[in-house]
Amino acid sequence: MAGTKTTTGAPTEVTQKHNKGGIGESTLRPDGTLKVTGEFAYSSDMWHEDMLWGQTLRSTVAHAEIVSIDTVEALKTPGVYAVLTYDDLPAEMKNYGLEIQDTPVLAHGKVRHHGEPVALVAADHPETARRAAAKIVVEYKELPVITDEASATAPDAVLVHEGRTDEYIEHVPHPNIVHNQPIIRGNAEEAAKKADFIVKGEYTFGMQDQAFLGPESGLAVPAEDGGVDLYVATQWLHSDLGQIAPVLGLPEEKVRMTLSGVGGAFGGREDISMQIHACLLALRTGKPVKIVYNRFESFFGHVHRHPAKLYYEHGATKDGKLTHMKCRIVLDGGAYASASPAVVGNASSLSVGPYVIDDVDIEAIALYSNNPPCGAMRGFGAVQACFAYEAQMDKLADKVGMDRVEFRQLNAMSQGTLLPTGQPVDSPAPVAEILRRVKARPMPPERQWESSEGADVRALPGGLSNTTHGEGVVRGVGYAVGIKNVGFSEGFDDYSTAKVRMEVINGEPVATVHTAMAEVGQGGITVHAQIARTELGVQQVTINPADTQVGSAGSTSASRQTYVTGGAVKNSCELVREKVLEIGRRKFGSYHPAWATAELLLEGGKVVTDGGETLADLAELLEGETVEVEAEWRHRPTVAFDKKTGQGNGHVQYSFAAHRAVVEVDTELGLVKVIELATAQDVGKALNPLSVVGQIQGGTTQGLGVAVMEEIIVDPKTAKVRNPSFTDYLIPTILDTPTIPVDVLELADPNAPYGLRGMGEAPTLSSTPAVLAAIRNATGLELNRTPVRPEHLTGT
Amino acid sequence: MRVNFTVNGRQQEADDVWEGESLLYVLRERMGLPGSKNACEQGECGSCTVRLDGVPVCSCLVAAGQVQDREVVTVEGLADYAKHREDSHPGGACGSVCGGTSLQEARQWQARPADRVTDGQTGEGGELSPIQQAFIDAGAVQCGFCTPGLLVAADELLERNASPSDADIREALSGNLCRCTGYEKILDAVRLAAARQEETV
Repeated sequence: MAGTKTTTGAPTEVTQKHNKGGIGESTLRPDGTLKVTGEFAYSSDMWHEDMLWGQTLRSTVAHAEIVSIDTVEALKTPGVYAVLTYDDLPAEMKNYGLEIQDTPVLAHGKVRHHGEPVALVAADHPETARRAAAKIVVEYKELPVITDEASATAPDAVLVHEGRTDEYIEHVPHPNIVHNQPIIRGNAEEAAKKADFIVKGEYTFGMQDQAFLGPESGLAVPAEDGGVDLYVATQWLHSDLGQIAPVLGLPEEKVRMTLSGVGGAFGGREDISMQIHACLLALRTGKPVKIVYNRFESFFGHVHRHPAKLYYEHGATKDGKLTHMKCRIVLDGGAYASASPAVVGNASSLSVGPYVIDDVDIEAIALYSNNPPCGAMRGFGAVQACFAYEAQMDKLADKVGMDRVEFRQLNAMSQGTLLPTGQPVDSPAPVAEILRRVKARPMPPERQWESSEGADVRALPGGLSNTTHGEGVVRGVGYAVGIKNVGFSEGFDDYSTAKVRMEVINGEPVATVHTAMAEVGQGGITVHAQIARTELGVQQVTINPADTQVGSAGSTSASRQTYVTGGAVKNSCELVREKVLEIGRRKFGSYHPAWATAELLLEGGKVVTDGGETLADLAELLEGETVEVEAEWRHRPTVAFDKKTGQGNGHVQYSFAAHRAVVEVDTELGLVKVIELATAQDVGKALNPLSVVGQIQGGTTQGLGVAVMEEIIVDPKTAKVRNPSFTDYLIPTILDTPTIPVDVLELADPNAPYGLRGMGEAPTLSSTPAVLAAIRNATGLELNRTPVRPEHLTGT
Repeated sequence: MRVNFTVNGRQQEADDVWEGESLLYVLRERMGLPGSKNACEQGECGSCTVRLDGVPVCSCLVAAGQVQDREVVTVEGLADYAKHREDSHPGGACGSVCGGTSLQEARQWQARPADRVTDGQTGEGGELSPIQQAFIDAGAVQCGFCTPGLLVAADELLERNASPSDADIREALSGNLCRCTGYEKILDAVRLAAARQEETV
């Protein structure tokens, strides 16, 4: 058994020692050994002596009044310690939410989507908890469901949320619209008159799931002071804390959060899942409570990527210059707001893509509906827009009669281009160059599936199902490029905090870095150790577990953590270095004039002048001293977009990626095999090239998934989810995923730490439209929706 | 019920096992071996892959009672398992005799010292199997949740096929989902482990 310790699986510090290993090196993960031996403790691995298991009862219908909830039989079940409903909530505050506190901790009188939490059970075995939850009798009186724009804005539409008081209600055209953002620049109507060709299109983007592999899970341990210690997997500890403490009726200092091992995130852990529920059960029973979702529940336990309808009109002159663009983007936010307002901001402000168009008329909205709540997922509004504008580019190029890549290059933005918001792009924007690079790459060989022993079915559409040996298989090639903003936009105070300590341990200078950054797999802790080595000249760096004992790091999302928390670690290291040098001047200043006059650096465990002369050993200098700094760091401020015109310098930085997809399609069965997904991306500065390539390949594959297989199917009549499992919601396997050659450019952004560019999301944008373009190229079909399913290709 | 079986060469006894419990649950919650992962608990993702009498299986789909008197190897025992295989059959592939640890050997098994030092970087000081080391070196680990299952599956592949083609690797690992890496670095890792294995022969 797991031993005599009361808690197991609590995260520990990791220490890494390296001779080199500063920024720009492909150092390996400090947690790598723990992860390959099975010793790395994820949030679902937490264990506590005497702990209980929590279970959530979720609504079986999408929209209904709750007539009654009967918990008597559940409470009688042997092994059950507590059953909680809305009436048991301890504080005045009973809702939470990222921006709008519209989400009930437990349903109150009404459920608004399929799978909404209604009641909680704590028991001594997870199966006991499940069976007890099944004994809770909830009587529903079903209401009509809102499932799309038409039903949401119909004159007699039922309001998903009555009596809204949030900041967006003032300007939205209908209470079932969470937020709308128009962007008007130039005069699209006038400019359209200059167009020789006009292309209109209507596009549909399916609902994608983050499908992180580590399910929502964690352990809440009640503390003697009436507070609670919470171990969870999340993307932003302090954002969770601000939502958890009020509904528990506790001050924030009594909710002590520690980041457990996180099994992927991709936006799906920005919102609260089991955090509050575990705390409520722990505080009620006085016992530690663990909650672990299974995959079925996980599909209901987090928000998804907004499905979207996109209506676009572009014009071009006969020599291929874009004249104007009009678009309307309708995002379905589902039952609760989550990150919908910010997704609307992104979708609208990036709806033009990486192109120069001076005359635009744009509107993006997010609906309230009874579909599953949607919020953050990698690419965040920019993904849906990219799918549509890239389809438009191909259609326009064809009308003009130009090569599709040349057409894009002719209209590509560059440094100095104004976004539709009027904001200039003030760092390199090598859009034409990344397109050139993916196009210049040699093509994978024709009939790549042929081998000396005949067709290798593993390389053909249908794979091991052995559906073709090459008959009916047609190749297609497609290109796409995208733009993603980096960091939190629209005036958000997007800061991070880093605590850095330097001391001598066993005669060696050692740095310790403590932040609240959620390491979700991206490798942020690898980079923090690299930054500390570069700035402080040490070999050994210890990374403390992320928790709420240090200031906020902001979210691990928006491609921002290396930029912002990396920037905070760099800044704190610089402040530590100044203090170290002060000590040096005090101790040794009289020995050498360079202490007063030269630029001093910390390198190889020594204080050296910029001329390379050694002044002191750090071990000697720091003997008996500990230098520690905790400081906040901010990137350049942004402003909110104007509510009517959308104008304003709302973004921090941009990230660009391009893809070339090569596909082979079995046109008889409608099966697609992606052969290669070549990509090029500017990352400003690759702090860890190995990790950068890993991010690009991973992001590319998620884009491939939503091109050909991934979609949460919601029944339009009942708003119920039809495929909440990995049996029915398919994500790419290693057989579905092609070779992904990566070309990394490093054009420094002078405004960012080390010139780096946030890079985790951009590859998820252009991958999808490139695959779609390749399938269109192979089949000649229009294909205005993603994902593409076999019936879309065969017409059956 | 009570279940007696061998885990990573050590005889184990699990008491009060409910009939519906999976091998995965018993390993994670009763044996203190959470290395096998619970990504889907429906046999689709491979994150819970273990060797059962040498055969890779999804431990979430094996009822605990089915493992009575059988031998299980999890990611926690992978390094020892690979070392034992290398000691008895240098060069990897060894057919059916590699199917686990005999009961006699199991009784001689000793836990690794608790203070085993790894530097958290290269695994120096710890004993990693070649495939574990290759996953670290190739950058095949991001969030790491799929890693234990992939390691067990990839180790089994290299045991029966010392120099697999890319198509062989893809086929062998097609039951293991990874959401972070796009699989390219996982392919790199298996190629690297195979190449290193060849060098040592």
